[in-house]
Amino acid sequence: MALPQAKQDALAARIAGLSFAREGWLGAARAEALARLSAMGLPGKRDEYWRYTDPAGLTVAEAPRAAVFDASDERPLFDGIDRLKIVFVDGVFDPAASDDLRLAGVEIERLATAGGADIHWARDLYGVLEGRGQVPVQRPLAVLNTAFATDGLLIRVTGKAARPVSLIYVHNSDTSDAILHHCVKVEAGAEITILENGPAAARFSKVMEVEVAEGARFHHIRAQGRDHERRAVTHIFARLGAGALFKSFTLTANGVLTRNEAIIELNGDEAVAHVAGAAVGDGNFHHDDTVFVTHAAERCESRQVFKKVLKNGAVGVFQGKILVKPGAQKTDGYQISQSLLLDEDSQFLAKPELEIYADDVKCSHGSTSGAIDEVALFYLRSRGVPEKVAQSLLVLAFLAESIAEIEDEAIAEDIRSRLEGWLARHEH
Amino acid sequence: MLNIKNLHVKLEEEDKQILKGVDLTVKAGEVHAIMGPNGSGKSTLSYVLAGREGYEVTEGSATLEGEELLEMEPEERAAAGLFLAFQYPVEIPGVGNMTFLRTAVNAQRKARGEEEMSAGDFLKVVREKAKKLKIDADMLKRPVNVGFSGGEKKRNEILQMAMLEPKMCILDETDSGLDVDAMKLVSDGVNALRDEGRAFLVITHYQRLLDHIKPDVVHIMAAGRIIKTGGPELALEVEHNGYADLLAGVQ
Repeated sequence: MALPQAKQDALAARIAGLSFAREGWLGAARAEALARLSAMGLPGKRDEYWRYTDPAGLTVAEAPRAAVFDASDERPLFDGIDRLKIVFVDGVFDPAASDDLRLAGVEIERLATAGGADIHWARDLYGVLEGRGQVPVQRPLAVLNTAFATDGLLIRVTGKAARPVSLIYVHNSDTSDAILHHCVKVEAGAEITILENGPAAARFSKVMEVEVAEGARFHHIRAQGRDHERRAVTHIFARLGAGALFKSFTLTANGVLTRNEAIIELNGDEAVAHVAGAAVGDGNFHHDDTVFVTHAAERCESRQVFKKVLKNGAVGVFQGKILVKPGAQKTDGYQISQSLLLDEDSQFLAKPELEIYADDVKCSHGSTSGAIDEVALFYLRSRGVPEKVAQSLLVLAFLAESIAEIEDEAIAEDIRSRLEGWLARHEH
Repeated sequence: MLNIKNLHVKLEEEDKQILKGVDLTVKAGEVHAIMGPNGSGKSTLSYVLAGREGYEVTEGSATLEGEELLEMEPEERAAAGLFLAFQYPVEIPGVGNMTFLRTAVNAQRKARGEEEMSAGDFLKVVREKAKKLKIDADMLKRPVNVGFSGGEKKRNEILQMAMLEPKMCILDETDSGLDVDAMKLVSDGVNALRDEGRAFLVITHYQRLLDHIKPDVVHIMAAGRIIKTGGPELALEVEHNGYADLLAGVQ
């Protein structure tokens, strides 16, 4: 079916200024993605999957202007963590600010220079997991990313990574429009922690494709920076082998528009996938977590834990699905999405879904939104805790279940301190 | 210590008068008990003194060491030395008991212009006091009151009281839901805090708590007023005869 002219025009306008690298295997993968994109067009707010989030800011030709935010009043996140730092400024690799890319147990290549090189494992991943993730729901912004990403990292983990790999995204230009695409392959039995932080650009598109092989472990903790005006659309596509572990946590504070999608396939028996998020927004803030977990093997466990704190008209969205395929017996699926509305102007829109084709499974989901518990607040105050402090304690308590998904205690503490900072700045 | 004069209180949301002129004076070093039938206004009195929302004071005053309590925020009352042991201690998922205790202790110290307690000192003190109340390390680590049994919750209230060292302690039906052993633990905890500079107001339905925490003065409250005041023998009288005679006497 041909795309309507208006959709063709919108797509042409969006991709007109983007560079398209043709060389090597990567060029072939990009061309294939461009063909897919041309057939589906860009998302619009009338699409069911974008019912709660208007994608306009992500699809217009030019990135809407976003002022650079000075966050120097706080020490950089993950500062105290021994890690390998890789810096991108407005989507451009910054070799001077980055560490040497050599790390025991890990091979790291840049996507921008990988097109000519024959990196077999990456050929089997780039655009492949993303492509699989287009069914049953189309995700055109991820396809666009595959076709036009200017850089990114190809990370192959062969052992236990000596240190976490830390991707730092700096936003320096009001008009930057960055597209990055990472592939991570964690080989059987290997283990890595990937940290990401920073606002990245005025508009940021990022795809991460993650293959976690048998018995391998992948930890991912990211924070999306404090910029108020930036926009971002991110996708994580993950495929897990038998006994593999995947854990991803995202902290989002501020940002006018964020859409974070996680598409996870549990393909080997006894695989475990946890995806969690804590989002805090004050005012012009729209945050959308869209998650799709597919159980395609036996005795797998998945958890989705998403918490949002919203005030002054901030909007939170959660679309989460657990699909249990025929034969995926003994599945243990859990999904919770909750929002704490600190005033009556804020909004939380949730669409939790379960689709189950196996008969011996345990799946639960819950979604709530509510205000601060006044009884708990009084109890704390009656012990001498000032109202603002008591409120912050209760907000952090509300977010605790999502932060508990971070295994490393030092990293969790860092994230907690960020939230405390945000709460202190936004109390009134 | 505590001086309540002609206190009238109604519910904020509806036109229902709960307290209709309560007069009560508790001196430092004394233990007063308030007994009374359900709905007499005992718990309302404790909530109003602690500053819970939802009540409107229409007349009267309540002072703690000369300071007007009713004008203060709940946390200011706490810092001034008032403590309410809740009838139904509140569960707070996600807030560790230890964090809660330390935040409260240090907030009060800060409000009084005192130095905050170091983590090490705090830990030492809390462990020692917890041990006396048979509160184990696990209970200290768990979220506030979450998964605690009725008795554990009440012991946790007494632990908070012991840590905060208030001047004026109000115990709202602290005996409800306690078995004999727990009642003894809680009472021992309270008695250990009895002191010349501290006063207690013990609200209860039953005389049995007063066997353990011996009051100096017993008040009978009914229909929003204190209708009779006497010595410990008044509690025994209620235990034997019920409230009917007393109520008949004032109506």
